[in-house]
Amino acid sequence: MIDKRTASAHEALADVRDGDTIMVGGFGEAGSPIELLHALIDQGAKDLTVVSNNCGSGEVGLAALLKAERVSKVICSFPRTANSTIFPELYRAGKIELELVPQGTLAERIRAGGAGVPAFYTPSAVGTPLAEGKETRDFDGRTYILEHGLTADFTLIKARAADTHGNVLYNKTARNFSPVMAMAGRATVVQAQSVVDAGALDPETVVTPAIFVDRVVHVAEPAHESELIAAGVAYP
Amino acid sequence: MSETPKIGRTREEMAQRVAQDIADGSYVNLGIGIPELVARFVPEGRELVYHTENGLLGMGPSPAEEDADPELINAGKRHVTANPGASYFHQADSFAMIRGGHLDLCVLGALQVAKNGDLANWSTGGKDAIPAVGGAMDLVAGVKSIYVITTHTTKTGEPKLVDACTYPLTGLGVVTRVYTDLAVIDVTPDGFRLVELSPGVDFEYVARRTGAPLLPALEGAHA
Repeated sequence: MIDKRTASAHEALADVRDGDTIMVGGFGEAGSPIELLHALIDQGAKDLTVVSNNCGSGEVGLAALLKAERVSKVICSFPRTANSTIFPELYRAGKIELELVPQGTLAERIRAGGAGVPAFYTPSAVGTPLAEGKETRDFDGRTYILEHGLTADFTLIKARAADTHGNVLYNKTARNFSPVMAMAGRATVVQAQSVVDAGALDPETVVTPAIFVDRVVHVAEPAHESELIAAGVAYP
Repeated sequence: MSETPKIGRTREEMAQRVAQDIADGSYVNLGIGIPELVARFVPEGRELVYHTENGLLGMGPSPAEEDADPELINAGKRHVTANPGASYFHQADSFAMIRGGHLDLCVLGALQVAKNGDLANWSTGGKDAIPAVGGAMDLVAGVKSIYVITTHTTKTGEPKLVDACTYPLTGLGVVTRVYTDLAVIDVTPDGFRLVELSPGVDFEYVARRTGAPLLPALEGAHA
């Protein structure tokens, strides 16, 4: 019997090790897996590399993981956001490394990593500081740069619904990076607002097929970053 | 150079001027800031489809505060709505739309535009600045037309249309047209060419505030 349900976020993340690479879904607060991130803080793994579009806001979720000094490097397209103070402080203090990647290149590197493609050529960033030191090649008279696929030890994503096999549906623009990150994680952990039996989701509407998902945690009422910040919450 | 006096188009008038040039049925990505205002001024009878790179095609206006959904936002992380006919998709698909040349037009802000169309709009390169790029480099690499909407000069009067960008580049030779408070200017193989002056502004006034030669409008040119 396949049943990927895991009793708690803490159990789902028990085997994260120091030095692991963690992909974290979300664009701003939309799709940010706050409860999994808080469980990762409790779990205690350090020296992590985080792959995420942003670096969180306030002192909850991803920003709280950074504040706890568990992250030594971020691979990211837009690390500063309204209400983001933690990343700028750590970066200016030289306590965190930043690999800045154009958003579309970040998405494609993750997709490629999950799809077994080690590298690809892209026109994005040609001629800019972000292309420095990268291999180039011309196709049909245009210059492209070589970018490498990305994979992760763990991927943490937030979903509207999942079934016991691990098929996943998302909510509106909270989908963003999660489907490609699910493909690129050795262990993909999903926190889902509702968890249903296999067969309850229409196969035509499944967004992330179950093969990309390893663990499903039921989080019935997920917190939103902006609401926690407005309530003055700082985790832990 | 002294501070630019308050003549020429306001932010809203610049956005309105851009909106006139967007064809019915276009798929359009609007950058954060002044470009976002363009959507308010689309002429009656035209239907545009707005793409926001975080994963929505068919973006509608901001909702009333009580209807805001924290999981329905645009690339500027503002609450938005989904119009009839909208779709949601993941980031790799969103940037396939961008890089694959499927979008007709992108309207962006700028720090500098060079006479050869080079664009700098993501960083002033300051030592203490936190680098952040988002989707700008992908947009300029892939969207068919790139319009820039910007004030003609900085707050301290420095030209934003320049001979060569001094700030870190976003893309090479990508800008097709610039809409400023003072004029509409095309980027051509010969450099900046005036398309149209803003009401009450003369050619010399614009040329003096442009950091590279400004060619006069072509006879009978229409924007």
